[in-house]
Amino acid sequence: MTDNNDSGGIHSRAEEFLQVFKKGAEFTQGLLKENERLRFRVLELEQQTRDELPAVELQLLRDRLARVESEKQEILNRIGSVEQENLDFSNRYAEIEAENNLLANLYITTYQLHSTFEVNEIIRIIEEILLNLVGAEQFSLLLSDENGQFLQPRINESGDPQMTEVEVSDVRIMTALNEGQNWIASPGELKSLSPTEVKAVIPLMVDGEVIGVLAIYQLLAQKGSFSEIDEEIFNLLGGHAAMAICTAVLRRESVGNINFRQGFLSRS
Amino acid sequence: MSEYRVLVVEDSPTMRQLIVFALKRIRNLHIEEAGDGVGGLKKLSAQKFDLVVTDINMPIMDGLKLVSLIRNDPQYKDVPVVVITTEGATEDRDRALALGANEYITKPIQTARILEVAKQMLGI
Repeated sequence: MTDNNDSGGIHSRAEEFLQVFKKGAEFTQGLLKENERLRFRVLELEQQTRDELPAVELQLLRDRLARVESEKQEILNRIGSVEQENLDFSNRYAEIEAENNLLANLYITTYQLHSTFEVNEIIRIIEEILLNLVGAEQFSLLLSDENGQFLQPRINESGDPQMTEVEVSDVRIMTALNEGQNWIASPGELKSLSPTEVKAVIPLMVDGEVIGVLAIYQLLAQKGSFSEIDEEIFNLLGGHAAMAICTAVLRRESVGNINFRQGFLSRS
Repeated sequence: MSEYRVLVVEDSPTMRQLIVFALKRIRNLHIEEAGDGVGGLKKLSAQKFDLVVTDINMPIMDGLKLVSLIRNDPQYKDVPVVVITTEGATEDRDRALALGANEYITKPIQTARILEVAKQMLGI
């Protein structure tokens, strides 16, 4: 009986141990599976993180690129704007230089014309202005007398210009004399006119009366046409040259009777 | 700031006035004027200049002779010389350059051109 009881107890214990062992084995199996699953999950998460991180960085880079592109465009716009301003300034500078050149020419023309009472000197100054400022190579100054005859003054050593009567039949000169209007050949007309034909006629006027004309026949080789400055100089010569000549002639006529300086000073 | 000294040799008062008018736009510039080559040479021997602007066609002593004398005198052979020529007179211009002129300006002259050449010669 006892033996049977003992063997039955051992058997029961063995069964119990086996059960515990089996459970332990199952639990271990479960732990291994869970471990495997977690490792897999960790790998999954790591992969996901690896995939997601560059996407964020990429987005950041894209945003930064967009900002840089925008800045670049802004800078390009500013460069364009500055270049336009630069061009405007350059054009304005050229305009101011041209104006300055014009004013310098007009100032010097006026200054020189009224710098003397000597008729010879005035004629020489007119010639200088036409040659050096306008660039006229051949020209003549013709004065008209009360009979409508043309007189060409020639400079001589005595100070009195020698007047030579000349025949003038040029229609443009006659028109300028009658109408008191400048005539200046256009670039197209300059090409078609022969070297002996007049290229510009400037009536010399005092008080609305034409006392003579300046006739330009030929320009210097490098001068293709008349410029705006030339036209302004012609306008100025038309009035001031005539006035300077008249003043010098009147002064010359009166100087024998009145001492100009004394007469002038006695007024003050 | 140092002062630049320029000698303008030109017989025509109109041209001389125009050249001086243009050059006056350069700051610290002292201008001396002469009506012909002899007058120019006298001024050159009496004082130091940084630039000479001279016409070619002048009485008594023309610009070509002046350029030649300047280049052959150790005292002022290094002074830059600008000659003023008439466009048609290419022979005169070439002779002036051959004699040692540094630059030329043709008539009718523009104030901007005088200024540009003077600044270039003075290194401004």
